[in-house]
Amino acid sequence: MKVLIVGGGKTLYFLSRNFASRGYQVVIINRNQEECVQLARQLSATVICGDGSDDGILMEAGAMGADAILAITPNDQDNLVICQLASLKFGVPRAVALANDPDNAEVFEKLGVSGFSTTRIVGSLIEQRASLEQITNLLPVGEGRVNVTEIVLNDDSPVIGKLLKDIDLPENALVAVVIRDNRPIVPRGANDLLAGDRVVLITLPENHGPVLKAFTGERI
Amino acid sequence: MKNDRYIVIVGCGRLGSHLANHLSRAGNSVVVIDRDEPTFNDLSPDFSGFRVHGDATQMAVLKDAKINKADVLIATTHEDNVNLMVAQVARGIFSVPHVLARVFDPKREEVYAQLGIDTICPTSVAAEMFLRAVANVTTEREGAQS
Repeated sequence: MKVLIVGGGKTLYFLSRNFASRGYQVVIINRNQEECVQLARQLSATVICGDGSDDGILMEAGAMGADAILAITPNDQDNLVICQLASLKFGVPRAVALANDPDNAEVFEKLGVSGFSTTRIVGSLIEQRASLEQITNLLPVGEGRVNVTEIVLNDDSPVIGKLLKDIDLPENALVAVVIRDNRPIVPRGANDLLAGDRVVLITLPENHGPVLKAFTGERI
Repeated sequence: MKNDRYIVIVGCGRLGSHLANHLSRAGNSVVVIDRDEPTFNDLSPDFSGFRVHGDATQMAVLKDAKINKADVLIATTHEDNVNLMVAQVARGIFSVPHVLARVFDPKREEVYAQLGIDTICPTSVAAEMFLRAVANVTTEREGAQS
């Protein structure tokens, strides 16, 4: 898998390191000469110094054979154009753009580029964590259309001792995994729930609140 | 040409301010957007339109300029990518009927022509004029020699 990443800063560094450690071929495009030298020293990645929205630079970075491109510069306009050039001119199958302005995530989608907003993701994460301490993990997937949440059941949870099939669960929700004593169980209707269980839930944003309420009994 | 249109101009540099002055004088309602407030000083005293101070790549700023009511949008900033993004947003999201973007890089221009964005490339235009002028110079000399 060959991934092109355009941008700079710590996000780019750690992403590249992560991808490289998974064995992906990583090509970084960065405009700043000094940062390029640093990145080339620190990472096992190819580093190209230049403007990622220039087709000559994309060509040099090998966009033609890339499986994905990720544009995470601080400028939304650059991220959009980089992704559009990569997919229209070089046929890169997957192009993802960072939307610094959260409103632009939607704009990008409408213009045919998949966009994500870290502000939105981090914001909803903090909101949901702050509102419920039992939530230990939350991951939005499918551009935020699906939430994967992990909660710990405490003694006053209304579902303690019940079988999964007896729990009154709202539509479009799923108990994906129950972790009991560090052992993951993929549950069936006949499994019960105990205090201390860590439950991984799959919900949609519209029923997220009611589903959590069904498991914790708390008002959100 | 009708002169009662609602025209949004993004970028108030030399080109943007020139167009704004001209189109406003001709009787159109003009709104100029620029993220540097001092550039509005380039607008002539008789400019009767509105000035919006902000970054046009942010939806909120475009909404401030009432882009949804615009008949024409012209993107003239010095950054190609800003112009291309604003033009696409105007076209694709706010359904502005006429959208024009200035794009300096001729290679980038080709790609956006495919997407149905009308662009004007000063580089290609100037190059063409220079080439024509050069061609004329050489033929004149050949004419003189023969």
